[in-house]
Amino acid sequence: MSARSKMILGRVAQAIPVVMGVVVISFLLTRALPGDPAAYFAGPAADEASIAEIREALGLDKPLFQQFFLYVGDLARGDLGTSLTTGQTVMSDLAARLPASLELTLVALLLSCAIAIPLGVLAATRPGTWVDHMCRVLVTAGVSMPTFFTGIVLIYVFYYLAGLAPSPLGRLDFIYLSPPHVTGFYLIDAALAGDWETWFGALKQLILPATTLALFTLAPIARMTRAAMLSALSSDFIRTARAAGLGSRKVLYGYAFRNALLPVVTTLGMVFSFTLGANVLVEKVFAWPGIGSYAVEALVVSDYAAVQGFVLAMALLFVALNLVIDIAYALIDPRIGLN
Amino acid sequence: MVDMTTSQPARKGDTTLGHIAYVLKDNPVTMLAFAMLAFFLGCAVFGPALVPYDPLATNASRALEAPSWDHWFGTDNLGRDVFSRVIVATRLDLTISVAAVALSFVIGSVLGSIAGYWGGWIDAVLNRCLDTIMAFPLFVLAMGVVAALGNTVENIIYATAIINIPFYARLVRAEVNIRRNAGFAQAAKLAGNSDLRVLAVHIFPNALPPMMVQVSLNLGWAILNAAGLSFIGLGVRPPTPEWGIMVAEGANFIVSGEWWLAVFPGLWLMLAVFTFNLLGDGLRDIVDPRKRT
Repeated sequence: MSARSKMILGRVAQAIPVVMGVVVISFLLTRALPGDPAAYFAGPAADEASIAEIREALGLDKPLFQQFFLYVGDLARGDLGTSLTTGQTVMSDLAARLPASLELTLVALLLSCAIAIPLGVLAATRPGTWVDHMCRVLVTAGVSMPTFFTGIVLIYVFYYLAGLAPSPLGRLDFIYLSPPHVTGFYLIDAALAGDWETWFGALKQLILPATTLALFTLAPIARMTRAAMLSALSSDFIRTARAAGLGSRKVLYGYAFRNALLPVVTTLGMVFSFTLGANVLVEKVFAWPGIGSYAVEALVVSDYAAVQGFVLAMALLFVALNLVIDIAYALIDPRIGLN
Repeated sequence: MVDMTTSQPARKGDTTLGHIAYVLKDNPVTMLAFAMLAFFLGCAVFGPALVPYDPLATNASRALEAPSWDHWFGTDNLGRDVFSRVIVATRLDLTISVAAVALSFVIGSVLGSIAGYWGGWIDAVLNRCLDTIMAFPLFVLAMGVVAALGNTVENIIYATAIINIPFYARLVRAEVNIRRNAGFAQAAKLAGNSDLRVLAVHIFPNALPPMMVQVSLNLGWAILNAAGLSFIGLGVRPPTPEWGIMVAEGANFIVSGEWWLAVFPGLWLMLAVFTFNLLGDGLRDIVDPRKRT
């Protein structure tokens, strides 16, 4: 077995205890939620006997660690339980709402990269100048803005004052029909159906929440780009390339930038994680029907299966993403696995 | 003849203070951050005594007034003075973040020192536990913790502390680990100091400068976190003045044009976080100029 495939296997093995820990924590957290789900299920008119019956049916009368094994067994079959509020299985609720959250997060990250990476390169090529200082203040201001506040200010300016944005209520204005379901991403589905009017409608709804999230994620990406560019620009191979008489554009983009991209990609994994967290707030502000607003609604009524499903889905998504990034890193970077 | 006996004046930047002055002069932004920090501390300490109105007093006849000389930041839907509420909230928000960061600083330092100094299975177990915490989107974990423990200010502090522990534990672990067999540590042990004493008095202080940077950045982050939790209705309950709740309450009026309800508390929140972030950057320049990003 080559050193590289051994490394990849090792990385996958590392993820296993983390996944187990995630399952344990999400189980414990939701069992500690206040309120008795059996009483909730039984309804307000139920007597002691029927509540006890339901408690038995739900397995809530068993000792905690036995409940845990039942839970893991259900999980292995892909059964996350049934939401108390929507009456659907948590799995189908999450599956229906996940594309909305992912579409928002991905568009925000794309937007953020499109601004932050050039900004970082610009700052790195002029360190210590006013451009550099301005970049620093700008991105620090961006990361200091509470996402829920940015969202509200954007709504005030672009919806109330300028009247440019549609009302901040969900993914699509009620005058449009949602596009036929293929991927669940409205932009892709509408484009596939060739329905450009709906496509623009969905885009208009998406711009403000995506900008809100993008502002928040500018800082880590811009800073990482700047740091990686600075270290690439001061390395020997750049000096050699300059000494060999290569043009500055070729040196900057052909050599320095390509080498600086690797750490930036790694940072993106971390940024994705806290964008998922920030999503909860942004979805609440814009009434976006994603999994974040689902979780907030579930928390309020102690709907433990739904909360558990959400926390678990978020954590597993993140573990998987980091795994993929690390493996991609090992495949791309020729230096890894050689020694 | 040149007088060779006069001693060379110490070059600027040789002393710690000189270095700090040099870095600050080069970086006016950090100076601004220190001034803003002083302002917020002043608000937290003296604010409740100085504000013109009682932050909880309602006045139905003057509800939803735009900013004026009487009410600098306007009034809310119950006629409460927004300016007074914003200033009074400073103390609660700063207390939450300072308490949370102090907790995670202490717990993270102890865990990280033990893991870094003794290593072995303790280290391995701790690392897996920290990985597990970091596997959650941190805001989501904080939401879960507050919901599970109950809806109080203390629980916001605990939740914020828990999600910050990994950062401190990892930092201290790395700093302790590289020094556990260093010459000065071995000399201290040979001189008869116990392991615990060597760790606490000789090795741990070396980790303090990078930790100060982390503390400053985390303070801002903790405020954001606490405000975010109260924004979605966890933790601080109305009518307590708190920036996150005030933004949440003001959000309902923004679509009808009463912007001052949400904008001023939000702006204050943002300024506070901005201050701590700038301060963290500035401290990093002082502690380790190479790490500036």
